[in-house]
Amino acid sequence: MCMTCGCGHDEAHVEGAEHSHPHADGAAHSHAHGAADPGWHTHADGTTHRHAVVPAHAHEHHEHEHEHEHEHEHEHEHEHGHEHGHGHGGDLHFGHGPAGAAAPGMTQARMVRVERDILAVNDAIAQRNRGWLEERGVFALNLVSSPGSGKTTLLVRTIERLAGLLPVAVIEGDQQTTFDAERIRATGAPALQINTGKGCHLDAAMVETALHRLAPADDSVLMIENVGNLVCPAGFDLGEAHKVVVLSVTEGEDKPLKYPDMFHAAALMLLNKVDLLPHLSFDVERCVANARRVHPAIEIIEISATSGENMGDWLRWIERGAHAARERRLERGKALAQAGRLDVLERAARATDSGARERAAGG
Amino acid sequence: MHEMALAEGVREIVDETARSSGAGRVAAVRLEIGRLAQVEIEALRFAFDVVKRGSLADSARLEIVEVDGTAWCMCCCEPVVIAGHGEACPKCAHYQLQVTGGDRMRVLEIEIE
Repeated sequence: MCMTCGCGHDEAHVEGAEHSHPHADGAAHSHAHGAADPGWHTHADGTTHRHAVVPAHAHEHHEHEHEHEHEHEHEHEHEHGHEHGHGHGGDLHFGHGPAGAAAPGMTQARMVRVERDILAVNDAIAQRNRGWLEERGVFALNLVSSPGSGKTTLLVRTIERLAGLLPVAVIEGDQQTTFDAERIRATGAPALQINTGKGCHLDAAMVETALHRLAPADDSVLMIENVGNLVCPAGFDLGEAHKVVVLSVTEGEDKPLKYPDMFHAAALMLLNKVDLLPHLSFDVERCVANARRVHPAIEIIEISATSGENMGDWLRWIERGAHAARERRLERGKALAQAGRLDVLERAARATDSGARERAAGG
Repeated sequence: MHEMALAEGVREIVDETARSSGAGRVAAVRLEIGRLAQVEIEALRFAFDVVKRGSLADSARLEIVEVDGTAWCMCCCEPVVIAGHGEACPKCAHYQLQVTGGDRMRVLEIEIE
């Protein structure tokens, strides 16, 4: 059983990939307890917030444990140790089997504090992906939608329009087939297909493997087309700069309310296929209001990949992001070069000092 | 459907903690699930029952503490409790809300023997 997506063994494939198992062991975690207001938490990302009072529940015999008041700081420094590959097959499965041996046990029951995020493994790999992408100035977008919203056509048109301006690479996620990657490759852009098997979403480990295989160019745009699913991909960070949700006008204006988590997670909504509006009773204003109800700050572009309507807005949005990613890479390079120069100067100064001391000692 | 993936994540954390604590078996697993965490609790229970088999948590009971979703209402300028994304502020009925909590999932503690 796959650790990350719940699919069976050998079901998640990355095109051309060998077999590998990212293990979750070796995760380091520390936290401090202290008497404090109930439910205040400070997380590693710096956010501090208070959960509402823990609600009443049915486990009477453990009531005392549920009423814990604590303040803790998470430092999720998970080190994901060994990743090893086998030569056979093109399959990739993530995770490992159940624990083998039971250690000689304690006879008395005792509580062990854990306080770890269930998605900590995925999130740590996603952060690693984010670092990898930022180092290279790659602007990565995670495209999410229900099946049939027109993501792939939109991608093909986007790549065509960006040709000569910005290099684009694509990671395609689907349960089965390499059809989508083939459509992208037909445009001349590098593309890699991940088949998730029974899995309903891409996860960070799959994308990490694909990133190293695809090796997108510095200062390029990486489009990750997630599995068509408006539910599961919302919770899985891949290391992207933004999630972009594609909703087509053939789907119904209440989708943001039906699948609020996804619209809440996305920075941009592309309302696609607007060329079909004259033939439909789709209420654009209501759809926009619904999206803003779920996510007040969401950006929205009404677009048609087929007619090209407002494609310019979308392309400019991408270019702004790519430009910012490139600037960050250059600044980082400058900072590193500066640190390097300082290091050289410091070593030279130390060498001069020790030379002087030796001469003094010799004299 | 992603509850299966989450259950696998729970088992990983539980097994790792139990092993490093020298446990013979895990008697109970306690989770904290935010109401905004995109989790169907019953699906998670079902999935955990499946993935725990053969692990140290084979016979462990699963206890779930649900935590309310909280948000900062930009109209009221105060924190409020919400039932889900896209819900209005219970005080002013506006939607200018910034989620501040209840969107996480954690393994709180385990009881080992």
